[in-house]
Amino acid sequence: MTAFLAVEHVWQEYADHVVLENLSLQVNEGEFCALVGASGCGKSTFLRLLLGQERASRGRILLDGQPLPSEPDVSRGVVFQKYSVFPHLSVRDNVVLGLELAGSPLTGRRFGAARRAAREQADAMLDAVGLSHAGARYPAALSGGMQQRLAIAQALVMKPRVLLLDEPFGALDPGIRKDMHALLLDLWKQTGLTVFMVTHDLSEGFTLGTRLLVFDKPRHDPQHPNAYGARITYDLALNQGRMAARQALPVSLIQRLESVPLEVIA
Amino acid sequence: MRLINQVPARGARLLLAALPFALLLAVYMTASTLRLAENADDKLLPSIGQMAQAVQRMAFTEDPRSGDLLWWKDTGASLQRLGLGLGISALAGLTLGVAAGAIPLFAAPLSPLLRLLAMIPPLAILPLLFIVFGLGELAKVMLIVIGVAPCIARDLEGHARQIPQEMLIKAQTLGANTWTLILRVILPQLLPRLLISLQLMLGSAWLFLIAAEAIASTDGLGYRIFLVRRYLAMDVILPYVAWITLLAWLMDFGLRRASTRLFPWFMVGAR
Repeated sequence: MTAFLAVEHVWQEYADHVVLENLSLQVNEGEFCALVGASGCGKSTFLRLLLGQERASRGRILLDGQPLPSEPDVSRGVVFQKYSVFPHLSVRDNVVLGLELAGSPLTGRRFGAARRAAREQADAMLDAVGLSHAGARYPAALSGGMQQRLAIAQALVMKPRVLLLDEPFGALDPGIRKDMHALLLDLWKQTGLTVFMVTHDLSEGFTLGTRLLVFDKPRHDPQHPNAYGARITYDLALNQGRMAARQALPVSLIQRLESVPLEVIA
Repeated sequence: MRLINQVPARGARLLLAALPFALLLAVYMTASTLRLAENADDKLLPSIGQMAQAVQRMAFTEDPRSGDLLWWKDTGASLQRLGLGLGISALAGLTLGVAAGAIPLFAAPLSPLLRLLAMIPPLAILPLLFIVFGLGELAKVMLIVIGVAPCIARDLEGHARQIPQEMLIKAQTLGANTWTLILRVILPQLLPRLLISLQLMLGSAWLFLIAAEAIASTDGLGYRIFLVRRYLAMDVILPYVAWITLLAWLMDFGLRRASTRLFPWFMVGAR
């Protein structure tokens, strides 16, 4: 049996800048992969490849044995750190939008019974993320955490097979981030979809993921810092004993990763 | 307290706003009275009463030759040209701006062209317009369109480019194709900007209108001003200028109100 998602010898290079170097990976349906690593280590590039926003320079990515479509489509949902929701639509219409777009290539709108059905579906989704009270508001009137809830609802209502999260909680307060973790885990368990989440926060990766992928540059040439790309240096299953898994990482690596957010702020 | 930290209260602000107007009016009326006292036939600074008479004659008395109420005929003719010119400009500007701002394949040929077109001083090609489109309405409307549309298109192109890439990607993951992406995501976000852009171009549009009417026309506000200039009829010119200013202000006000009414989300985001 082939894997749900297979990454085969993928390279990503821009001019003389190698970002990803010979990446190979197999992911089963329903896994929650947390992607961690220092800044500029290609985690987000890898996510863009999965999204179809970029094409790999070499190698290929297969979804269910088929090459991944080379532009974004409904099979892969996404939540970015910001700008994920549409400012000109109310909260409810933000969720309805996908249901309308998918069924209507000409007007991008549904009418009559189809529209009512879409609204009901959207309301149920808003209920699931705890936003049913805010349906009529515009995103600009929502807090950062509520906006990310909306972005998640918007992506999940399309029932994608893969959900891609690019540091979705990076801009949120720690307390709110915890609520969002609980919500995300809940939704993931209910839907059983496959999740890839890029995060700067190592503990977030350990808390949420069933699998932790560490991106790092194993080789470094001080004269040509861009000559070598990043690889997945650790691939840990987190199903049993999360803390035990954590001990599998060298202390120096953990220190380097955990110091990352500080570097970013500074 | 430093000057920079002193903020007028509401009442004081209204008073301060009225002050320059009152001053200007007072200066005018004094000068007018002084000149008229010296020479009752002076035409340069007519009194308020003389201007009221002129308005009465232009707006509420039929013209003995044509039987028209000239004031309203001029206003109608000018507003029609302005409305047509601005309407066509808005439509053309929006279409070109979206095409150049959202679709890279269209941007490649359109962007440099629009940048160049916006640089042409429209009044310089006014004679050309009269030659090509004749002396009728079309040339006047075209002058406004040529002056305004490229600027609106460039403005909207820039704002279409500023829509975050993330939003366009997200819409695609929600099943949008190029057309529905423009229809449901890009266009609605550009419409409020279109109103602002129109607001900013109102002054230029009036300028082009009056220039075109001054040169070749048989009616219109600009035509009338330039016609009565020959008789030094300041009592007609000044009310006409005030009327044009009022019309321009009303259009500006209307556009501002329309954008808060039609696009409540835009204002939420701006604050």
